[in-house]
Amino acid sequence: MRALLSLSALTLLLAACGSQPPAPEQNPAGVESRTPSGIKVETPPVKEVKPEAAFDPNSIAALKDPRSPLSKRSVYFDYDSYVVKDEFQSLLGAHGKFLAANPKMKMLIQGNADERGSREYNLALGQKRADAVRKALTLLGAREDQLEAVSLGEEKPACSESAEDCWARNRRGDMLYSGEF
Amino acid sequence: MKFNALLVACGLAVAPWLAHAQLTVEITGAGANRLPVAIADFSGERIVAQALTSVVRADLDRSGLFRLIDAGAPLADNATPPWDELKARGADAVAGGSVTVATEGRYETRVRLSDIPKQAALGTPAYLHTGVQLRATAHRISDYIYEKLTGEPGVFSTRIAYVVKSTGRYELKIADADGSNDQAALASREPIISPAWSPDGSKLAYVSFEAKKPVVYVHDLASGRRHVAANFKGSNSAPAWSPDGKQLAVVLTKDGSSQLYVVNADGSGVTRVANSSGIDTEPRWSPDGQHIYFTSDRGGSPQIYRIANSGAGLGNPAERISFEGSYNVTPRPSPDGRSLAFITRNGGRFQLALMDLATRQVQILTDSTKDESPSFAPNGRMILYATEIGGRGVLAAVSADGRVKQKLSVQAADVREPAWGPLVR
Repeated sequence: MRALLSLSALTLLLAACGSQPPAPEQNPAGVESRTPSGIKVETPPVKEVKPEAAFDPNSIAALKDPRSPLSKRSVYFDYDSYVVKDEFQSLLGAHGKFLAANPKMKMLIQGNADERGSREYNLALGQKRADAVRKALTLLGAREDQLEAVSLGEEKPACSESAEDCWARNRRGDMLYSGEF
Repeated sequence: MKFNALLVACGLAVAPWLAHAQLTVEITGAGANRLPVAIADFSGERIVAQALTSVVRADLDRSGLFRLIDAGAPLADNATPPWDELKARGADAVAGGSVTVATEGRYETRVRLSDIPKQAALGTPAYLHTGVQLRATAHRISDYIYEKLTGEPGVFSTRIAYVVKSTGRYELKIADADGSNDQAALASREPIISPAWSPDGSKLAYVSFEAKKPVVYVHDLASGRRHVAANFKGSNSAPAWSPDGKQLAVVLTKDGSSQLYVVNADGSGVTRVANSSGIDTEPRWSPDGQHIYFTSDRGGSPQIYRIANSGAGLGNPAERISFEGSYNVTPRPSPDGRSLAFITRNGGRFQLALMDLATRQVQILTDSTKDESPSFAPNGRMILYATEIGGRGVLAAVSADGRVKQKLSVQAADVREPAWGPLVR
């Protein structure tokens, strides 16, 4: 739980940095919880969460509430794969329900690819990942006109080492809500 | 290169923050049979003449097709060259010239290029220019000499576009083919990729991510104004100009996966031109406009295909062009349409390759590992591409026969996405 909270705090911290797209990060799936080499992660002290009124899982506030799965915005993919793994189904389910409950909210899904090979071909691969997330969300309650799937290709890597644990973090789809893009 | 080095040195002294900006060219391989040519010092205005001849010598040397011979003494355009001495020095051709002050701060430069074995003039071009046009004039003289001696147009007066990435900043740059006179056409905090020159050299199409998604723009270089050429729902990328400059082939995802479309250069009239269930991307028109080459994974792995561009839109069958290996991407037809440069994955290395389209024979031109984005010089002689050396992006150029090699780098920055501009007429 502690790890979860500190990651969420980091997520909020990252989201506060204006220059980058406010795509929050989460620990890469399929990669053990070791910190990728070369990436220094400053973990802010975990604030004690005071018992408050139970939060509404479909409120806008839930998007940034570390207790809510909605604060997690990244889906990770295997090498050369564009299939949403089972472990992300519940996360996408939460976002699908939220979009259904908030029909005015829109989402930009940004697909990413690792750096190997042609930039334009990698842009197309990133698009396949964004599309996989989009299709999953429409099956889980979101409407087509709430979603836009785009690709950043290899251009916005979360990490820039030429190594597998880094590439794994870059094979990802990020979900951004209205106001975050 | 001396003049260039001087400029860089002055830049360091006056404005150290500007000194990193220029591309420097390093020759790393030369042709086997280089033509011995002497570029004598021109007579007349000494400073101007020295600046001119040093740029001409650097141009010819960099091309890898010439061996520069010391002429021994200055030579005016109207003087008879010392044939026997030049022959003894091993030169086959000699250029002399003179620079005189014309009216209103302009100079007149007259050049005579001569064939030494025949003891005959090959031509006597003359140029009227200002002091700021020195390098441009020198490149025109180089183009003249190159064309007279090789029979092909020279590309010393052409320009190149490329993207420089420094910390948190991307710049789309335009520079002379020798890396000098670089200027930023666009600076952005978001990535810029896939610049493509319009056939007349007046515009660049490119993909910018400033809207948090890829959008295709067309940028007019003279005015600095630009317009959106493709911004549909989803991603918009990979612009390629039609040979007449009226249309762009682009890749859109508005109907699903990445697919090929043609739009008018002003962004109107979008038509789909190919159809697959997977990825189609990286379109390039053949120089005659008959075909569009592209990368597709329709056969299971990324390979190069082409489709006839009948103007009828969908329905034409795609013809597979690449067969060897499991990753062949980024097709770029040569200006004469006879060969195709592309990137092939070869034992885990991404390398620049050239295919003879008649025989389908493939030659790998480089020994690097991360080649990308090849771009032909408009005379077809050299291919400019991006690669990585020591973890840093650099540009490199290799001749179509693989012999001549150059490296173009900018200190302390990543250089990528090169595009060689058209011939200047």
